[in-house]
Amino acid sequence: MPVSSSPRTLFDKIWADHVVDRLEDGTCILYIDRHLVHEVTSPQAFEGLRMAGRRLRRPDATVAVVDHNVPTSDRSQPIEEPESRLQIETLEKNVAEFGVPYFPLRSASQGIVHVVGPEQGISLPGMTIVCGDSHTSTHGALGALAFGIGTSEVEHVMATQTLLQKPAKNMRVSVEGKVGPGVTAKDIMLAIIGKIGTAGGTGHVIEFAGSAIRDLDMAGRMTLCNMSIEGGAKAGLIAPDETTFAYVKGRPFAPKGEAFEQACAYWRTLASDEGAHFDTEVTLKAEDIVPSVTWGNSPQDVLPIDGVVPSPSDFKDPAQAAQVQRALDYMGLTAGQKIAGTPVDVVFIGSCTNSRLEDLRAAAEVVRGRHVAKNVRAMIVPGSGLVKVAAEAEGLDKIFLDAGFEWREAGCSMCLGMNPDRLTPGQRCASTSNRNFEGRQGPGGRTHLCSPSMAAAAAVTGTLCDVRELMKETV
Amino acid sequence: MEKFTELTAIAAPMPNENIDTDQIIPARFLKTIQRTGLGKNAFAAQRYDDNGNENPDFVLNKEPYRHAEILITYDNLGCGSSREHAPWALLDFGIRCVIAPSFADIFFNNCFKNGILPIRLPREICDELMGDARQGANSRLTVDLEKQIIIRPDGNVVPFEVDPFRRHMLLEGLDDIGQTLAHDAEISSFEHQASRAWVPSISMGTAK
Repeated sequence: MPVSSSPRTLFDKIWADHVVDRLEDGTCILYIDRHLVHEVTSPQAFEGLRMAGRRLRRPDATVAVVDHNVPTSDRSQPIEEPESRLQIETLEKNVAEFGVPYFPLRSASQGIVHVVGPEQGISLPGMTIVCGDSHTSTHGALGALAFGIGTSEVEHVMATQTLLQKPAKNMRVSVEGKVGPGVTAKDIMLAIIGKIGTAGGTGHVIEFAGSAIRDLDMAGRMTLCNMSIEGGAKAGLIAPDETTFAYVKGRPFAPKGEAFEQACAYWRTLASDEGAHFDTEVTLKAEDIVPSVTWGNSPQDVLPIDGVVPSPSDFKDPAQAAQVQRALDYMGLTAGQKIAGTPVDVVFIGSCTNSRLEDLRAAAEVVRGRHVAKNVRAMIVPGSGLVKVAAEAEGLDKIFLDAGFEWREAGCSMCLGMNPDRLTPGQRCASTSNRNFEGRQGPGGRTHLCSPSMAAAAAVTGTLCDVRELMKETV
Repeated sequence: MEKFTELTAIAAPMPNENIDTDQIIPARFLKTIQRTGLGKNAFAAQRYDDNGNENPDFVLNKEPYRHAEILITYDNLGCGSSREHAPWALLDFGIRCVIAPSFADIFFNNCFKNGILPIRLPREICDELMGDARQGANSRLTVDLEKQIIIRPDGNVVPFEVDPFRRHMLLEGLDDIGQTLAHDAEISSFEHQASRAWVPSISMGTAK
């Protein structure tokens, strides 16, 4: 750990502690502490190793899960879709051949890679963590440098345990103050993306700071960092603090006893130094943030729930105006209409963004004593088998089932519809996932991103609505 | 990886911002375990109707753009998912060069790893090249990576910047894993540093 006199950011410190070598043009060979692998983006990389006769350098720093393709219904039967089955079987063959620790479909701990990593203590503060998945930024919540990579880089990490990288720029997003009732980490992040835009973080690593961020529990911090990529950032991270250490302590793969204390001592040195330089600074007031939803096909298309849908004429650039019109057409919305009151067909509560126990608790609080509206299909997909079991121990499954929700098995599910959980053309969905792109949840599907409590409110009222109204009512 | 030196080809205009990797290749086509064969489903949602027939209005279904090897778009090309299936689908379709005012980081990087040259140019210049691309049969651009220039149909020249290391890898068609493995000794000594003693190893027997 080199000592530097000039003040450094959290990102600068983690970066410096992982540089193996620096090439002539400034490209660094960056050491990777954890490589998380799933079935969709790894088969071509394993095949590449085999073709070149290369070994997997660090099976003991690699962990594999199945999540994207897995059915979230009955798992006693073989997987129906032949291509999904082949991808999962291929992963199982590869992890056996290369000796990779693996959470199989039937493991009680199986789940979405970005839920399982932190939950198991595989992802830890101060680490570099990569995965062939853009939402790897989630793990930054622990105070790690975590980012998504393509399959060629997956193969590079497998063969060398490093990546060739140039340092990113530093961006700090500070949220100061206290959020109001009904406002969650998801609303904070949607507000940030609405402010900086989907390309606002390009080339940067975002450090989230400020009192509203420090007040978040780890699940909330993961929601925030998860969607850093939706703001275009390479990664998002939050300085590790007592909340982080309490979360990590005792997790299955975390350091134990004396080793944990030593690790904590190191992790405490990682916070950005006073006076550290940030290339870009953004500040939001927590009090200004309200429960939000998206209206269009980009995560930056954010509206406060009491807002109205924009018009193409609000935009000067003809390309942007055309894009707004296209989004209105795709989403079946009219310029100037209030977003609240828009009827929904489906409610999806799940995904690596919002499928943790705390998310399910927040949804259950809204659902308790109410019933899913007529003609709405509402589903809960816990982020992992362990989240599911913990929720059941609290009786959350009963609240959801009594209200008419589906209570499903863990996986990526309708966030991207690689398994059978998909929207049909024209269906409108209030979703706690991360992307509202055209066709993301199924061809022709219409996605409105929101928090678990807002999604729960949409489920019980049948329309996008302000969860704060429901919180006022006593059931 | 195939070398990229000089390319003279049809450029297709796609005057949209935020063309995400879900548009380039929808998730339902990611179930392959190979890198090839994705070209037929590139831009599937816009390229085909519900019955799988070509949508005649989509640019890549029109002549001469069905033979395009260059794409011109607006800001933030390739945002969203890290799926390398996006550049694989473009490459399999025949695209070797993408030009935009800005790119999402992971997509930008993934292009280089697959012999596709992504070129960042200011919006005003992209507007001009978009105009060139709209000229149908006359939409041919020459992209010369050695000289770092684009030659427009009217003969005008547009210079561009590219990272020297990545330029070298593309020009030579090199695999960077081989290069990194030449640093094996440094990697080994790094991972045995005393300061890294806190980093636990993972085996399925370690969890308690």
